[in-house]
Amino acid sequence: MSGFSRRSRARAQLALLLGPVSLFLAIFLAGPLIIMLIYSFLAPGLYGGVEWEFYPHNFGRILGFADPEFEIFDPVYIAIFLRSLRIALTTVLITLLVCYPAAFQISRLSDRWKSFALFLITLPFFASLIVRLFIWILILKKTGFINVALSELGLIDTPLELIYTEGAVVLGMVYIFIPFMFLPVYASVEKLDWTLVRASQDLGANGFQTFRRVILPLTLPGVIAGSIIVFIPALGNFVVPAVLGGAKSLMLGNLIEQQFLAARNWPFGAALAMLVMTIVLALLFIYIRYEARRGDDAPVIR
Amino acid sequence: MAESMVRLQRACKAFPLPEGGTVTALDAIDLEVARNEFLTLLGPSGCGKTTLLHAISGFVELDDGRIFVDGEDVSDRPPHRRPVNTVFQNYALFPHMTVGQNVGYALDIARTPRTERSGRVGAALEMVGLAGLENRLPRQLSGGQQQRVALARAIIARPKLLLLDEPLSALDRKLRQSMQIELKTLQAELGISFIFVTHDQEEALTMSNRVAVLDGGSIQQIDTPRAVYNNPANAFVASFVGASNLFQGMLQSGRVMTAQGDVISTDAAAAGSARVTALLRPEQFTIANGGGNGAAAKLDIGIRQIVFTGAGYEVHGRTMNGHDVVAAIAAAQQAQVASAEISRKATLLYDPAAVHIIAGGGDRS
Repeated sequence: MSGFSRRSRARAQLALLLGPVSLFLAIFLAGPLIIMLIYSFLAPGLYGGVEWEFYPHNFGRILGFADPEFEIFDPVYIAIFLRSLRIALTTVLITLLVCYPAAFQISRLSDRWKSFALFLITLPFFASLIVRLFIWILILKKTGFINVALSELGLIDTPLELIYTEGAVVLGMVYIFIPFMFLPVYASVEKLDWTLVRASQDLGANGFQTFRRVILPLTLPGVIAGSIIVFIPALGNFVVPAVLGGAKSLMLGNLIEQQFLAARNWPFGAALAMLVMTIVLALLFIYIRYEARRGDDAPVIR
Repeated sequence: MAESMVRLQRACKAFPLPEGGTVTALDAIDLEVARNEFLTLLGPSGCGKTTLLHAISGFVELDDGRIFVDGEDVSDRPPHRRPVNTVFQNYALFPHMTVGQNVGYALDIARTPRTERSGRVGAALEMVGLAGLENRLPRQLSGGQQQRVALARAIIARPKLLLLDEPLSALDRKLRQSMQIELKTLQAELGISFIFVTHDQEEALTMSNRVAVLDGGSIQQIDTPRAVYNNPANAFVASFVGASNLFQGMLQSGRVMTAQGDVISTDAAAAGSARVTALLRPEQFTIANGGGNGAAAKLDIGIRQIVFTGAGYEVHGRTMNGHDVVAAIAAAQQAQVASAEISRKATLLYDPAAVHIIAGGGDRS
């Protein structure tokens, strides 16, 4: 009897604590998402808006079954998809290559230098993203810092094509996402028990063997978490390609933005957004499955 | 000596201090460990025992001196190329590997063929009493079992020398005692040399062929457990190994007189008079029946505390001159202990021939 009332009281408390945030998310996250999902299956209206009829060809335009009445299939959207994937993956790889060794170095510093280094890593968050990207324009443009410096030194005659290339987009992405990669990687590197490294060496393993069998597996959770945290926003990013990329390095984010704001084809934009979300959710699902499996052999803190 | 398994020649190591200056961890240590010997390095924390162990395993580079293992100079070899394995203090088991993978690690590194590997992993686990637990993860094991896995992992590559860095310190007392016996048995079975580091003097006395007592980066005494206990080389060894009552004073015609006025009788003789420290172990005392008048070798104490230890009593007292004394009294003297407890005083008797005299004032350098 009292057990029941205690349980119902606990339930009421839970509802009280979780209620507001659940309500907020239901209205402002799930709501628009459902609208997007529905729109992605509706036909675009002639002057914007939607026609209320089932229309699968929004996805068809991307995946290969375009509306036979209006257009023949153009693989340009698949190409943009693949380019976005490529740029996002390259970004993940480069940020990882930068952050992983740095995490080891920083984890060995004394506490004072450690917190200073972490402060430096998070410092860019204090300045506006747009401002930081426009500085890259100053550096990369035809009359920018690099080209002027190189021609002054007599190393080049004509300015290099640095800006408005895929390379510039990757550079900007790496620049933005380094802190996102660094923090999870650092968290797992910092936790690494160095006596395990000693134990491995003691048992005859050289540096490379120790890295492959002990250090990498034990820091892999941080590497995977960092990769996902970087990959997801990199895939849908539209600020960096908008500022540093040219027409040739259009990414999904820009395409979606164009569909909503310029082409006023909301259903097509919604379909693109849904596809990106599907990829991201699939990745997250795999990651959660991996985490759940790993939970069994996660290091125990004693 | 060609017979020795490990030989250290004038091993020196100093660590820089963060506030400048250095601290000497190893002060020109010479040490030899014989084949099939169980040597214990005993000392308080900071005495250099762990540094000495790491110097042998290769994790600490010596500033000066050489290390030979089985006749080979290994001073300049990295840890993974020394024929030495270590059991670490907190076991250092790889948390992401099963027991079998942990134990077989050294064999995997050496690319041992699969069938031989599984046979040897099985045998090593058998040896430490964990047969059949290959597929467990370390965190699913108790502390004692993890300890055994660490042991099996360290012996599987058949090292010439096994180093044990306070491996039992995390276990409870009962388990620790049974592991002590097991380790000693295992060492005899394997026929390899063990160097065992501990700060627990009881552990050192129980297991070792020889005990090296370290302090301040140098070896104070290295001898059999019995000799270290009964004939400590100096006051530090006497006070660190076992419970002890130390009386510093002048030895003169069969008596040690302290500055406070306590008098200890002894058979030892000195030419003229000399500064010495007299050592009396707690178990050398008995309580006198009645006043104990007439006995030459006695100490009158006021009782401060009596502790029942099961095997007997621990009597904590103080002489009239303010010197603390602890005596271990056998259970057979129950009646005397009871009366001492009531009267709050007792007369302790001892054998003057058993008083150990240490030359010098007892202040260690």
